[in-house]
Amino acid sequence: MKPARFDYARPATLAEALALLAKPDTAVLAGGQSLMPMMNLRVARPARLVDINRLPLGEIALGNGVLRIGALARHAAVLASPLVAQAAPLLPQALAQVAHAAIRNRGTLGGSLSLADPAAELPACMLALDATLVAASAARGERRIAASAFFHGLYSTALEPDELLLRAELPAAAPGWRYAFLELARRHGDFAMAGLALALGPGAARLALCGVEAGQRRQPAAEAALAAGDLPAAIAALGTAEAMDSPDLPAAQRVHLAQVLLRRAFQQIGAAHAAA
Amino acid sequence: MTHIGQPLPRAATARLVAGRGSYLDDVSARGELHAAFLRSPYPHAGFRITGTAAASALPGVVAVLTEAELAAVCQPWQTKTGSASGMVSPTQRALAKDAACYQGEPIAMVLALSRAVAEDAAELIEVEWQELPAITNLALALHVDAPPAHQGLTSNLAWSTEMKGGDIEAAFAAATLVVEDRLVFTRSTGVTLEPRGVLAQYNPASQALEVRISHQMPHQLQRHLADLLGVSLARVRVICPDVGGGFGLKMHVYPDEIAACAAARLLGRPVRFVADRAEALLSDIHAREHIVEARMAVDAEGRILGFDVQDVQGLGAYSIFPRSSTTEGVSALRSLGAPYRFSAYRGRLRSVLQNKVPTGQYRSVGHPVGIAVAERLVDLAAAARGEDPLEFRRRNLVAQAEMPWVNPLGARMAELSHQQCLAKLEALLDLPTLRNEVATMRAAGRCIGLGFASIVEFTATGPEGYGRAGVLVAAVDTVVLSLEPSGEVTARASISEIGQGTTQGLAQVVADAFGVAPDQVLMGSGDTATTPHGGGAWASRGAAIGGEAAWGAGRKLRAEVLAAAAALLQCAAEALDIQDGHITDANGPRMSLAELAETVTFRGYELPTGVQPQLTVAHHYRREQDTALTTNGFQASLVEVDPDTGIITPLRHWAVGDCGRLLNPLLVEGQVRGGVVQGIGEALFEACRYDESGQFLSGTLADYLLPMAGEMPDITVAHVETPYSGSVLGAKGAGEAGTAGAPAAILNAVNDALAQHGASVSELPITPGAILRALGRLA
Amino acid sequence: MLPPDEPTAEIACTVNGEAIHTQVPLRRSLVDWLRHDVGLTGSHVGCEHGVCGACHVRVDGQVVRGCLMLAVQADGATVETIEGARDPLTLALQDAFFHHAALQCGFCTPGMILQAAELLAQHPAPTRAEVREALSGNYCRCTGYQPIVDAVMAVSAILPAK
Repeated sequence: MKPARFDYARPATLAEALALLAKPDTAVLAGGQSLMPMMNLRVARPARLVDINRLPLGEIALGNGVLRIGALARHAAVLASPLVAQAAPLLPQALAQVAHAAIRNRGTLGGSLSLADPAAELPACMLALDATLVAASAARGERRIAASAFFHGLYSTALEPDELLLRAELPAAAPGWRYAFLELARRHGDFAMAGLALALGPGAARLALCGVEAGQRRQPAAEAALAAGDLPAAIAALGTAEAMDSPDLPAAQRVHLAQVLLRRAFQQIGAAHAAA
Repeated sequence: MTHIGQPLPRAATARLVAGRGSYLDDVSARGELHAAFLRSPYPHAGFRITGTAAASALPGVVAVLTEAELAAVCQPWQTKTGSASGMVSPTQRALAKDAACYQGEPIAMVLALSRAVAEDAAELIEVEWQELPAITNLALALHVDAPPAHQGLTSNLAWSTEMKGGDIEAAFAAATLVVEDRLVFTRSTGVTLEPRGVLAQYNPASQALEVRISHQMPHQLQRHLADLLGVSLARVRVICPDVGGGFGLKMHVYPDEIAACAAARLLGRPVRFVADRAEALLSDIHAREHIVEARMAVDAEGRILGFDVQDVQGLGAYSIFPRSSTTEGVSALRSLGAPYRFSAYRGRLRSVLQNKVPTGQYRSVGHPVGIAVAERLVDLAAAARGEDPLEFRRRNLVAQAEMPWVNPLGARMAELSHQQCLAKLEALLDLPTLRNEVATMRAAGRCIGLGFASIVEFTATGPEGYGRAGVLVAAVDTVVLSLEPSGEVTARASISEIGQGTTQGLAQVVADAFGVAPDQVLMGSGDTATTPHGGGAWASRGAAIGGEAAWGAGRKLRAEVLAAAAALLQCAAEALDIQDGHITDANGPRMSLAELAETVTFRGYELPTGVQPQLTVAHHYRREQDTALTTNGFQASLVEVDPDTGIITPLRHWAVGDCGRLLNPLLVEGQVRGGVVQGIGEALFEACRYDESGQFLSGTLADYLLPMAGEMPDITVAHVETPYSGSVLGAKGAGEAGTAGAPAAILNAVNDALAQHGASVSELPITPGAILRALGRLA
Repeated sequence: MLPPDEPTAEIACTVNGEAIHTQVPLRRSLVDWLRHDVGLTGSHVGCEHGVCGACHVRVDGQVVRGCLMLAVQADGATVETIEGARDPLTLALQDAFFHHAALQCGFCTPGMILQAAELLAQHPAPTRAEVREALSGNYCRCTGYQPIVDAVMAVSAILPAK
């Protein structure tokens, strides 16, 4: 289980990295926690790796009501960050359930978002937090992409092959908003059979699922029902999700689990609200 | 005996915690070549290798070999056993010829300067494949329209047998209650953390083959390598270094390992093959694929009258060499209901060929299947009678006064302690309190279940097991001891160490038998050049068989040393003793063992004429009665089922066992706990799955779910100690009982929980989806 | 011996306190390089796809999967393996693992101990459940995990609270 051959470059600057990404058949190596297994299994066999680990993209900063998390911020750093806990309390809830400690020490926000694994937790969080994702390419410079426009489907995003994700920008948690991230996995750290990121505000809701549909997206019908305080309608709305189907985990089971999670998330938030 | 029975850690683990072990892949040979295999991507296909030039031309590639090349140095083999006469299992080769009969079967190999390049080259081998209809689904394999697993076969039935005794028709006619169920057991596999691996070297000048291999039984393999490669047995040296887990997985003859040895012979260069995890999951033996339909007859007083069982067992493409996969089916039927008194039994076994990797002996061979079936039926009967499941068991357990008990199958059980184990379990659980807790949790809306399993295990198989079947598997063992000039004792045992800790138990036995502290006994094992022929590690035999050899050797060495000391000290040997490394008499120490050994070794002239102390002694042990040693025990499991999600959480687990004399309770408890978790894995997580076309779906550890720390419960362990009366030490097997009973206990606990909702499950592993379907929450 | 045209790169790093300056094949994983080229065989290879934890090593003080990092990425890094980890927590854990029989075959042990040391460095007084969760990415087939949890708790019990 050794990777096929590849070329390797480790740029010191963003400009250098973007220039390298303009070449065909190039993969970005960030934390490597998904890419390296796929390369070891020879499921992925890029001709070139651009190792971005030396770029200054790991910063976590809060200013002007916006939390900025660099693409190279490791899961462990985001999980431990007081700024994140303050401005995006959904993220630590989710990250505590991402894989295992050693994986979180290397895995990055940008890597997870760029891969867009349907079962991954962080894309759902970005959707529920209404994040803006900032990417750059050598040819076209920076551009800002709303999370809702970023995830296109199974392992597919708005990123062009020559683009690199630089950071996520999240509006800091506003008063009156409450958050829940829940998932169901067979074992600690496994990819979820179903997961759910929920942000519930005064008369508004944002909801995204992971592990259910091939492409992660907001669930507008359920959100509308939640905004109106109608949990049963929201649960029913999830019934129309176009869930992935596999022998071990049929579509109906994923949808059922998502509905269970929504009820639990709503109860959890409600209980927290009542307690407050 | 001051050291036998002490909870001492295994001495050698001091190396392992420091990262100073020596596993197979930790040692390399100069000039070694790395092997990679081209394996069949199809479950069944004819093939023709049309081109190897591109692979051979890759820089760093030294050789590309196919069956045609290996045939010059390597014989094919075929599994035959008197225990399954008439069995159909086709000839097997190190590399397949013309057709591949399971996905993962090796068809060509590359030898290169690195594993990465070997893998590159394997991708370049050109093959014309002709896909053939494949049969993987066990439920369909015996259907008249099922495609044959091998071309030319008219049926996939490899072997069938009927094991019976008593009047089964009369038993069921007399029954007032008949319970029945159909249980499905999905294949699982061993997943030793250290994968299989081999480093083979052939010296053409001395015609000697040296094979380092991660394996459980060096001598068994030595014999097969000699036969298959045409090397004299004494010139084959097999070395098993630190072994990173065995569990039965590393006791078979694997084509890729034989191919690596054959390539070393052919090329005259060291060849290394270490299976990566993907090929391990694909090519290691699988185990325990059964569909069992079973009925149990019960009379009006709640007494079991008999069992009527039909077991269909999946063998895979071949019956595993050399021991035969059918052993698992026979063992499942033999263990079914073994704790109980009954008068009639009929068990039909059909062992079936499939286009899947062979199944084989895996920890607790067959027992988890037989025990789960019987314990499920027992719970059904208790429920049907509206009775406590433990009361039903208590009534039916064979009593001590009835032993030795020979059941209708002819299985002989002696010196079992069912009643004591049950009493101990009830005390351990504090059953009234626990039942109150369960009731309280249920009242709070939680779906809680408590399940039990009663176990008899057949352990420490003696010579009659494989010997009468004509299978060359040693069931005897020898320990060689030497008193070194330092006064330390070196021991060389034909028992092997695979992490289970047997060598520590043996060191404690030698220490007591001879008269030194255990840390003065340095154990060696796992090398055919330094240890006498013996069985290695299988069937929980180390303590029961190896322990006797160790005791005998210790006593022999003691007699030699005391005789020598008596000659030097000019007193009667009977007046002397060996205590804590010293020769003592009634007044205390007279001389140290080091002084004695130095005198014998370097200044022998000080001894009287004619005194020739034998400071190296050997003792061979063969048990002359009891084909197997029966052990018994009880397990209990407390689980919570989440009816909304189907997720099962094992909350607590208890195991009470009687494995005879405990040589080392710390290590026995380790065996029990590890075994229980392996059984929980089998019950809740582990499954080798295939899609409808026969493609293997569990090829990575993200797909094959192992039990991990986060989901496993703490396990309370207790012992009843009924020493085996037929040996000096009285030890029986301890390594597999945990695995034997855990799936049954979990299955019964889950069904106890589901019973509150009027639901049940009968397929292992029990998945969340199965729970949701059973509860009607999912179509 | 390296195949003739295998692409390599030059790296300089510190491994268990020793400066190393060498060429590494681009596609060699950190754990393969440590084991086969540096000769530190204490970190093991169990799955090569990031699931089992046998390959754990410390890179710049953090525990990582050695099979998911390339050796070339260790350029400039400080790498520690079980053989070189001499911090008091690791030593105490090694001792506790030995005495609790928290290992049988020992193949998972180095990775398990490094992970446990990181846990105790960050959380000196975990609950049993927290220990289990922290070790949930390390596979052990032999022990059933309980003695491992016992060993970690025993070390935790002698640590000063943070």
